[in-house]
Amino acid sequence: MSASILSAVPVALPPSSTFFGRFCRNRTAMVSAIILLAIIVIAVFAPYLAPHNPAKSSLRYILKPPTWLYPLGTDDLGRDVLSRLIFASRLSLIASVQAVAIALVIGLPLGLISGYVRGWVDTVIMRLNDALMSFPALILAVVIVGMLGPSLTNAMTAIGLVYAPRIMRVVRGSTLSVREEVYITAARATGCSDARIIARHVLPNVTGPLVVQATVLMGQALLAEAGLSFLGLGVQPPQASWGAMLGTAFPYMADAPVPTIAAGMVISVTVLCFNLIGDGIRDSVGRMRRSGD
Amino acid sequence: MNNAQPLLDIKGLTVQFPSPSGWLTVVDNVSFSVGRNDIVCVVGESGSGKSVTTQAAVGLVQPKGGRVTAGSVMFDGQELIGASNRTLNRIRGDAIGFIFQEPMSSLNPAYTVGEQIAEVVRRHRGASRADAWKQAVAALDRVHIASAATRAHAYPHQFSGGMRQRVMIAMAIACKPKLLIADEPTTALDVTIQARILEVLKELQQELGMSVLFITHDLGVVADIARSVVVMYGAQVVEFAPSDQLFAAPRHPYTAGLLEAMPQVALERGHDPIAIPGTVAQAHAWPKGCRFNPRCVHRQDGPCTTQPIELIADGQGLVRCALAGELRLGLERRA
Amino acid sequence: MTEPCLRVSDLHVMYDLGSSGFARRKRLHAVNGASFEIAPGETMGLVGESGSGKSTIGLSIMRLIEPWSGKVTLGGTDVTGVSRKDVRTLRRRMQMVFQDPYSSLNPSMTVSQLLEEPLIIHRDLPKAERMKMIGEMLESVGLHAGYAVRYPHEFSGGQRQRIAIARAMILHPELVVLDEPVSALDVSTQSQILNLLKAIQAKSGTAFLLVAHDLAVVRLMSPNVAVMYLGEIVEAGPSGRVYDAPAHPYSAALISAIPFPDPERQRNATRIILRGDLPSPLNPPSGCRFRTRCPFAMAICATEAPPSVPVEGGGTAACHLHAHGPKLGGHSILPFIAQKMGAA
Repeated sequence: MSASILSAVPVALPPSSTFFGRFCRNRTAMVSAIILLAIIVIAVFAPYLAPHNPAKSSLRYILKPPTWLYPLGTDDLGRDVLSRLIFASRLSLIASVQAVAIALVIGLPLGLISGYVRGWVDTVIMRLNDALMSFPALILAVVIVGMLGPSLTNAMTAIGLVYAPRIMRVVRGSTLSVREEVYITAARATGCSDARIIARHVLPNVTGPLVVQATVLMGQALLAEAGLSFLGLGVQPPQASWGAMLGTAFPYMADAPVPTIAAGMVISVTVLCFNLIGDGIRDSVGRMRRSGD
Repeated sequence: MNNAQPLLDIKGLTVQFPSPSGWLTVVDNVSFSVGRNDIVCVVGESGSGKSVTTQAAVGLVQPKGGRVTAGSVMFDGQELIGASNRTLNRIRGDAIGFIFQEPMSSLNPAYTVGEQIAEVVRRHRGASRADAWKQAVAALDRVHIASAATRAHAYPHQFSGGMRQRVMIAMAIACKPKLLIADEPTTALDVTIQARILEVLKELQQELGMSVLFITHDLGVVADIARSVVVMYGAQVVEFAPSDQLFAAPRHPYTAGLLEAMPQVALERGHDPIAIPGTVAQAHAWPKGCRFNPRCVHRQDGPCTTQPIELIADGQGLVRCALAGELRLGLERRA
Repeated sequence: MTEPCLRVSDLHVMYDLGSSGFARRKRLHAVNGASFEIAPGETMGLVGESGSGKSTIGLSIMRLIEPWSGKVTLGGTDVTGVSRKDVRTLRRRMQMVFQDPYSSLNPSMTVSQLLEEPLIIHRDLPKAERMKMIGEMLESVGLHAGYAVRYPHEFSGGQRQRIAIARAMILHPELVVLDEPVSALDVSTQSQILNLLKAIQAKSGTAFLLVAHDLAVVRLMSPNVAVMYLGEIVEAGPSGRVYDAPAHPYSAALISAIPFPDPERQRNATRIILRGDLPSPLNPPSGCRFRTRCPFAMAICATEAPPSVPVEGGGTAACHLHAHGPKLGGHSILPFIAQKMGAA
C-alpha cells in the first residue's frame, strides 16, 4: 500500500509564467525596451552609422539649418549635429552605466548588511545615509566635482556616490522583509552561515526591486550627466555627450533651434525609456511573487 | 417551511476568471439550493470553486475581474444575477449576512466594534443612532460576548481571534438576515474555539430561524453542522446529499476518499489513513472525462475518461460518477 | 538503557518584548519548564493550540531561538552549551520541516539547488555524487528526479512539502523537527504526507518531534505525546492512553473538540466547551494556568500550581483533580466528566 502512496504521480504542472513572458506582454515597457535597444545598437555601431566625421568642422557650414546633407543641421563649429549625437550616445550611456555601477558597488553591500544585521550597524549606516540624502543630488555632485576637478569620470563618480544611498535604501528595505521569510529560518536550520544566507537567499530575492531602482537611476544619471556637462563640469571638449551638446547648442538657440531641440529630445526619450522599463520590470516581478498560490 | 420555494436557488452557475492562457472556468454549471431554516455545507479543497460559487451568487466576483457566463441565482424570489449594484448592496449585509475566514481583515481597526455593528444596522434599517447601538449590543450579547454593553466600546485589536470571529458573526446577524453565508469561518481558529463558534452558529440558526450556507474543507465540521452537503471538486458539484446519507453511504469516490483520508477515521479503524493519490485538479488543465479520474481508485478506462460525466439523481441526492450504479462505497466503508 | 536521541530538561524560553519608556522590561515566558525525551527512531508528538509554546520548543531545540535556561542534548551532545558557530555543524544531525511549504522554500532556487545546499555545507562530495543523491532523495519522497530543475512555484502544496522533507532528510539526520507539517495542505494530500513521513522514518530510523495542533494526527503518527497549554506541558504519556483516557481536563476538551465525520455521533457527543479565551501569556493566571477556562476549577487551583502525578497506563498529568476534589488518583478524567455533564 505504501508503495502506491509513495509513487503518488505528480499531476501536470501549471504553465510556468515567466518574468520574461509577462514583461513581453507589457506593451509600453516592450516599446521602450526596443527604443533603448536601438539607441544602444546605434552607439555600438556609431562609426558605421554616422554620415560624417563628428569632429570635422567646416567653416562653410556654421549653424546651418537641416539639409539633405546634414539632416539635423550643423553646430557653431560647422560639425554635423546628427553624427555628433550618434557618437555622443556612447559617452552618455557609458557615463550612466559608470555612475549606476558605482552606486551599486557602494549601496548594495551596505544595504544588505544594514538590513540583515540591523542593530547599531544599521543605525550608523542609516544616519550616514540620511546625511548624504539631505543634500540636493546635483549640488552635492557639483561640490565633489569642484574638489576633484572637472572630467566625465569625476562627474560620474560623484553622481554614483550621490545615488548610492538610494540603492542602499531599496536594498535595505527589501532585505528587512526578506529576512523575516520562513525560508531564511529554514536556511539557518539547514546550517547556512550568515554570509551564505545573504549571498544565496537574501540577494536573489532583493534583485527585483534592485533592478527597478537601478534602471530608473540609469535615466536619472543620464539626466545628471547632461546637467553637469551643460554646466561644463562633465565631459570636456572635443569629446561630446548629449548634455554637453545641449550646453554648446543652447546659446545659439535663437539662430539654430534644431541642435538644441534634437539633443533635448534624445535625452528625454532615453530617460523616459529607462523609467518605463523600470515600471515594466516592477510590475512583472510583482506578479512573479504572487504566482506561487 | 410551508413555503415550497427554496430560499436560495442556484441553477447552472458558471464563472470564469482571466488567466495568461485565456478565461478559465472556475465554477462550472453549479446548481444547488438552500431551503428555509436549513444549514447547507459546501465542501471542497482549494480550487474546487466552493468560495467563488457563493461570491458569484451575491455579485462579488465582478469586482475581482471575474465574470458570470451562465446561470441564475434566485434569492427569496428575486434574481441576483444581473441585478444592479444598488439592489445587491441593499441585500448584502441585510437579508444576506457574511462571515469570512479572516475576521481581522473584515473589521476596521479605527472604529469600536459597537460602532461598526451599529453602522450596518443604521445603513440597512435606517434605525436611529441610539436604537442601532442597542441592537449592536444585543447582537454581541447573542454571540455570548460577556458584558456586551461594555465590550461594544472596545476596538477589534482588543479582542482575541475567536472573539473577533464572534464579533463578525454579531455584525452579520445584526440585521437578522434570512441567509448567513459563512466562508471557512473556523479554519484559522483552534479546535476548542472552533467548537464554540459552531455551537454559537447552530444556536443562532435556531433562534433567528435563518438559513446558513457554510463553506469548509473539513468533513468533521460538516458532520457537526450540516443538514445537507454539497461536495465540490474541479469546479463542479460531484455529490449532493442529506448529511446523514452522505456520511453513512458516500456515493462519489472523492467523498469516500476524503473520509478514508481523515486521521480520526483511520484511528477508529486501526490502520493508516488511506491517502488520495496525486494532486488537486486545476482549472488550466481539467482531466478529460471525470475530473477526479486520475486520482480515483475505481477508475475504468472508457466510461470515466472519455465523456464529461453528468450529475444524476441517486436516492435522495445527486452524484456525478460514471460508475455510480455499480460502486457500493458505503457498504465497503462499513465492512 | 540506551541514550535517548533527544533529551530536553527543564527548558525555559523567554521572549524579550523590550522596554517602553520607564516601564519595566517586559518578558514573555513562552515555555515554562518543559522536559521530555525522544528515543532514537521514534516520534514524539507535541500538541497544543496557538500560544501554547509548542512551536517555540521546536525552534529552541534547533537553537533558532536561544533558550533562556534548561538543557537540550542530541544523542549525548549538549546542544544548549555549544557556541553559536558550533551549532551550525550540529545542524547536520538535526533538521526541520516548516508548516507552510509556500514560504519555507526560497522561490529563487531550483529544487536541485535547494537540496544541494545542505550537502555543500555539511558534506565534501563531488558534484556528480551530490546530483546522484538528490535524484535518489527526490524519488524516495515520490517526486520524479527530473523535477530537480524546476522552481518551487511550479509545484502544488503537497509536492512542495515533499521537497521540504527531502531537503531535511538528505543529510540523514538523527532528529527532524516537524512543525505542523500538514496543516497548510489540502485535506486530500495531508494523509499522503503523513504516510510518506512514516515510510521515511521506517527506512531511515530518524527520530521526529512532531509539533501539531491536531491530536488525531499526533495519535496516528507517534507513540508518545505531550499536551501543552500556555507554555507548560499539562499532560504527557503514550498517545493511545492520552487519546482514549485523558487525565487532564484540557486534553479531554481538546480531544472532544475534534469533530468526527459522523453526524449522529456529533449530535450525541458530550463536548466540553471551554469558556473564555486563552489568557495573555504576559500575565498568566496564578496557580494552575488552565483554571480560568477549566469547567472543574476549585479553590486550590488559584493558589497552587498543580504537581505532575503519574497516570494509570503511563505518563503524567498536572491537575489538582487527582489529589483534591474528586481525588481521581491518576485515573482517566472521562468518567468524572460524564458524571458532571450528566448531572448538569
